[in-house]
Amino acid sequence: MSGDNTQDLSTYTPPLRGSAGQERSGALGIINYGAGNIFSLTAALNRQGIPYAMINSVDEFDKFERYIIPGVGHAGAAMQKLEESGMVAKILNTKKPVLGICVGMQLLTEFSEEGNSKLLGVAPVKTRLFSENLKLKVPHTGWNKVSSTIDNELFKGLDQETHFYFVHSFFIEFNPNFTLASADYGIQFSAALKKDNYYGVQFHPEKSGEAGEKILKNFSLI
Amino acid sequence: MNISNLSKEPLPVKAKAPLAKRIIPCLDVKDGRTVKGVNFVDLRDAGDPVELAWQYSQQGADELVFLDITATHERRKTMVELVKAVARQINIPFTIGGGINEISDADILLNAGADKISINSAAVRNPDFIDELAAAFGKQFVVVAVDTKLVEGTNLVHLNGGRIATEFETEKWIKEAEERGAGEILLTSMDHDGTKAGFDNSLLKKINDTISIPLIASGGAGNVQHFIDVFEKTNVDAALAASVFHYGEILIPSLKEELRKHNIEVRL
Repeated sequence: MSGDNTQDLSTYTPPLRGSAGQERSGALGIINYGAGNIFSLTAALNRQGIPYAMINSVDEFDKFERYIIPGVGHAGAAMQKLEESGMVAKILNTKKPVLGICVGMQLLTEFSEEGNSKLLGVAPVKTRLFSENLKLKVPHTGWNKVSSTIDNELFKGLDQETHFYFVHSFFIEFNPNFTLASADYGIQFSAALKKDNYYGVQFHPEKSGEAGEKILKNFSLI
Repeated sequence: MNISNLSKEPLPVKAKAPLAKRIIPCLDVKDGRTVKGVNFVDLRDAGDPVELAWQYSQQGADELVFLDITATHERRKTMVELVKAVARQINIPFTIGGGINEISDADILLNAGADKISINSAAVRNPDFIDELAAAFGKQFVVVAVDTKLVEGTNLVHLNGGRIATEFETEKWIKEAEERGAGEILLTSMDHDGTKAGFDNSLLKKINDTISIPLIASGGAGNVQHFIDVFEKTNVDAALAASVFHYGEILIPSLKEELRKHNIEVRL
């Protein structure tokens, strides 16, 4: 992690939230459990003027009003690091908005074929490997069309079909109850999901141009 | 859809690949400034790389490649500064290449915000480097750039901007790079580079049909039709160009509009 893009918590005052006429934007905490580089994510938040800070230990968790779980790499390894951070119970019990990005989204599912890993199980869906039978290049890398058919706060203001940038080999199966937006890569899968206050996006909003920045902005206002 | 189209050819059951074809401007950077070599010899200054990168992202470029050709020992430092500045301001993915020889070079660039690194001669000199990078950072982070030139009927890998021939046959080398863990291949035809006469479609098609990782076509773009041709004839994943973009000879929005008219999937 590079420190020069982060804010110092000691000098950071969260804005007020909830009152009429005021922006309902509470402090965003990035769960910093050591799974992957987050420079680009913090840079995107900075460009959008979204206040955030790192959550490095479990005692800092309750200070925040919303959470991002980032993540790249192996889902099983990421789950292990998340357990070591001691924040699993806090994540499972919170009623505040949570956004998992890429592997951070996969952590919200119950199981991944990557290392046959048991995950957080927030949503009763599975993370699977793109089959070789599809005869498509894996990892699924590049800009793919995402269709959000359900009216929702995360995709607010975006076209029903928008391209987002993906880099992943494992995908979350499509499920009409939890899929917020879908994409097609030989098989229809969950590009975004929602379960109660938990959201996940398989693509990288921080790398998806203006559409991606809009997703981050929307999440900061949920 | 109108009926006259239907009668011509049966529609494919499924699109070959749903991903948008990527348009990638390449920025050669030396001492923190953008340059473009005409046949890699005569360098002209085309501005501030971050400013240029931002303009491309606004125009709808899908990705950017920076090749740092700084020759001094300050290079590593200037590369990290460039990557950080780009990651702060640009909202699309980018690759950085140029003189990456060690895992520690790659690590520092990843942490500065690079999405991918591109290696060329370091991979030829030490093919194990590809395996090491893929193991350390995942194959999606590793682009192997290959400069190729026809020598007596055989495509051979070349180094130093085409000046040094190797004994590696291009097609074999690319297969080996894929097996070792390359996540993507950037193939530049030195015979076509700088000519503005079109991409090397026959070689690109041959390579693209034999690998199962993305292939970026490079070398020879001169007009919009060349981009249509390379996607229609070879089905590569991306096309890269430099001077036609830098000097405004091709504007990305109108290029993408034309590609879409030819039923090539693009991000608009």
